[in-house]
Amino acid sequence: MGRKLQFEIFRFNPQDPLSVPRMQTYFLEETDKMTLYIALNRLREEQDPSLIFDFCCRAGICGACAMVINGRPGLACQTQTKDQPAKIILHPLPVFKLIGDLSVDTGVWFREMYNKTESWIHTNKVIDPHQQEERMENEVAEQIYELERCIECGCCIAACGTARMRDDFMGAAALNRIARFMVDPRDERSEDDFFEVIGTDAGIFGCMGLLGCEDVCPKQLPLQNQLGYLRRKMGITAVKQLVPALGKIKLDKLKIGKFIPGGDK
Amino acid sequence: MQTYYSDLLVVGAGLAGERMAIEAAVNGFDVICLSIVPARRSHSSAAQGGMQAALGNSVMGEGDSPDVHFADTVKGSDWGADQECARLFVENAPIEMRQLCAWGVPWNRVQAGKDYYFKGGERFEKEEKKEKEGLITARNFGGTAKWRTCYTSDGTGHAVMCTLDNRAAQLGIRIMDRKEAIALIHDGSVCTGAVVRCLRTGQLEVFRAKATAMATGGFGRIYKATTNAVICDGGGHIIAMDTGVVPLGNPEAIQFHPTGIVPTDILVTEGCRGDGGTLLDVNEERFMQIYEPEKAELASRDVVSRRMTEHMRAGKGVPSPYGEHLWLDIRHLGDKHISTKLREVDDICKHFLAIDPRVQLIPVRPTQHYTMAGLRTNKDGACYGMKGLFAAGEVACWDMHGFNRLGGNSLAETCVAGGIVGKKIVEFLQGYEVSFGTKEAHDAVAKQQDRINALIKRRNGGENVYEVRGILQQAMMDHCFVFRNHEGLSKCIDILQEALGRARKVGLTSDGKGVNHELAAALKLEGQIKLGLCIAKAALERTESRGSHNREDYPERNDRDWLNRTLAVWPEGADMPSLSYEDATKVFELPPGDRGYGGGKIIPADPAKISGKSAVEAGNENGEDAKSGGAKSGSKKKS
Repeated sequence: MGRKLQFEIFRFNPQDPLSVPRMQTYFLEETDKMTLYIALNRLREEQDPSLIFDFCCRAGICGACAMVINGRPGLACQTQTKDQPAKIILHPLPVFKLIGDLSVDTGVWFREMYNKTESWIHTNKVIDPHQQEERMENEVAEQIYELERCIECGCCIAACGTARMRDDFMGAAALNRIARFMVDPRDERSEDDFFEVIGTDAGIFGCMGLLGCEDVCPKQLPLQNQLGYLRRKMGITAVKQLVPALGKIKLDKLKIGKFIPGGDK
Repeated sequence: MQTYYSDLLVVGAGLAGERMAIEAAVNGFDVICLSIVPARRSHSSAAQGGMQAALGNSVMGEGDSPDVHFADTVKGSDWGADQECARLFVENAPIEMRQLCAWGVPWNRVQAGKDYYFKGGERFEKEEKKEKEGLITARNFGGTAKWRTCYTSDGTGHAVMCTLDNRAAQLGIRIMDRKEAIALIHDGSVCTGAVVRCLRTGQLEVFRAKATAMATGGFGRIYKATTNAVICDGGGHIIAMDTGVVPLGNPEAIQFHPTGIVPTDILVTEGCRGDGGTLLDVNEERFMQIYEPEKAELASRDVVSRRMTEHMRAGKGVPSPYGEHLWLDIRHLGDKHISTKLREVDDICKHFLAIDPRVQLIPVRPTQHYTMAGLRTNKDGACYGMKGLFAAGEVACWDMHGFNRLGGNSLAETCVAGGIVGKKIVEFLQGYEVSFGTKEAHDAVAKQQDRINALIKRRNGGENVYEVRGILQQAMMDHCFVFRNHEGLSKCIDILQEALGRARKVGLTSDGKGVNHELAAALKLEGQIKLGLCIAKAALERTESRGSHNREDYPERNDRDWLNRTLAVWPEGADMPSLSYEDATKVFELPPGDRGYGGGKIIPADPAKISGKSAVEAGNENGEDAKSGGAKSGSKKKS
């Protein structure tokens, strides 16, 4: 016999005029290797088919099922019930628009982010794919992939103090996206170009350094390093823009540190 | 009624969908892409291993060419492939990899110098060449003569998905997520869009377009144990088949992947075996080399899954509360390799099995993974039977995979075929005009609204959607799995016939308001059971064993009678699909022969029938594609 799990689940269906936000209680007997994916689907199929929540890959790869699990943002599919107390409280992620119950609209938020950060390779080169590709050091490819691993689950945004206070804050996911393109030699944007995008309080200077983002990232992206690096780099870019002469000074003389994606941990 | 217009409507925003959309957009056409989830959550992103393309940069890929890739693909398909499509694919694959590279994919690159690798548990040395340093490298995969699988760690699908979605954003393509197409708008011969349920509000909307392209992936979710994401539920196949005229090609061709984990059925990549991982039995001994001396763990997936099942039937399985399984061993690959090149595998082991693959064995067994079955198209990606309707990727039976696809060939197909079909859609759209009648849209919406109302008001009965779906999923596991036979398949048809009757009497338990998931499940249940019936019926009729279709009562591959492709259509109002057959391929570049793995007897085809079609120069009529196949080896050799 497994434990009797008590679920307290946030309920609200904005499409139903009679619906009011509330918490609803469900009970379920725990089984071996039970995850929240298994538990929530059982609740929907056996007890309450009106429950709204999202799953997709159910393997921790796609980021669809982020929710607040006992007060902490995380992926439901890879949360084992055995690691939780017998009472499991589930809320939708804050910041994002609610679709219903535990489901939120990350899609629109992230598509806006792609446009804000211009999340693509900027180049004037015309590449003919019939010709041999441009070479790249494998190490550089690995550095790019390290930052490309973001699954856009939204946990870092939900756990961000600044994002909770100001709607226009770009958040760690967007800043990490910028860092991804900064390491990519195929992207010809300059530091000034990147400064245009993130050199404001809605960007890197809005980060208060609480670093909830790194604590909750289910892919363990090196967000702390990235934010620190971008902050120093953009700070120097700002100074250089104010005092053009400084632009001639080599960056390494200012000891901003060497950028090591994923390093330092 | 909210109505959207575009030149091209793409249903599905995974790799194939976005690749087609990009091709149309760069040629100046207005495109809308629909997706039931945010695009990057599409199941393409879950593909770990990589994409096969004969670039031949790694020293282990030396001597590779599209011709070698072609031969591997056709052998892998057990000669079920359409060889014209396979040729188009292999010629374009290297070009597509470079195109993806230009758009931003961080492909792993060749590192010059000595390094070691594992095969069959043993360590070997290789030395990568200085002149190839920095070019796209490749790893080993099953059923291939060369190391040919381009990769980004073990997150290839994810990385390419990010890149294509970035490119789509750059082009300003309207990617609209949380939209589910629930019916096509057509007049019986021309398709002009879709009726769509908004998964934010539950409202029905109309999307009209001159051309509609399906890219909704596979339908593994009709099986109880599948590696597929929950969205791979056959929604796209169902709405195309609902037209009554678009056929499903080779429904019986379903792939079972050797390494789904036990329990939870999550996939661990073939890269594990490609990189040197081994399969072990209850005695922790290797066994694949006993059955397959040549390829061992790296035979094609159908063969490895079959041999694993045979080995478990011989009493060598590992008992567990979740049924028997075998072990995957990657311990010897070492910490560095596992932490970098098999990182997702490491994560999956940690989160879902609570084991460390550096020191522990991974419990695996064959699990439903891929549908070679799909909407039958011609080589341009145009669906049979319906003008203006296209398909690419797993949803389609284009058909380069035949009865078994090779690992790394489907992820590559999404982009390669997406690009080829995208170009053909552009050609189709140029100068093509169509009238959008309001009546046909109104009628299509009214019909869907009526279905929804009937479910909510329980007008047809009160059957439980999840219960009936469970019957389908279990029947597929019991009778349409790795091994099949007459008795089981007949029984399966009986079970599914009864389930179909019950599916037509489903009523909701909940109120169906807003983005209600019970309603979404109920809307496609009948169609899912029809897909199951197509598989069972086609598998029953095909009295031979080919690729992933293994008949215990007909173990031979019968080229004399079955070198063909099943076409299943579901006429309106019918209770069973009607089956017809077409030749597997119009052209034989590679005449049927022995695959070199898998064993088994072959009943040969009439030689006259083969030689009559082996016109060496037949190849591509359309110069465009032939030209783009620039990879040096233009000649169509018979090997």
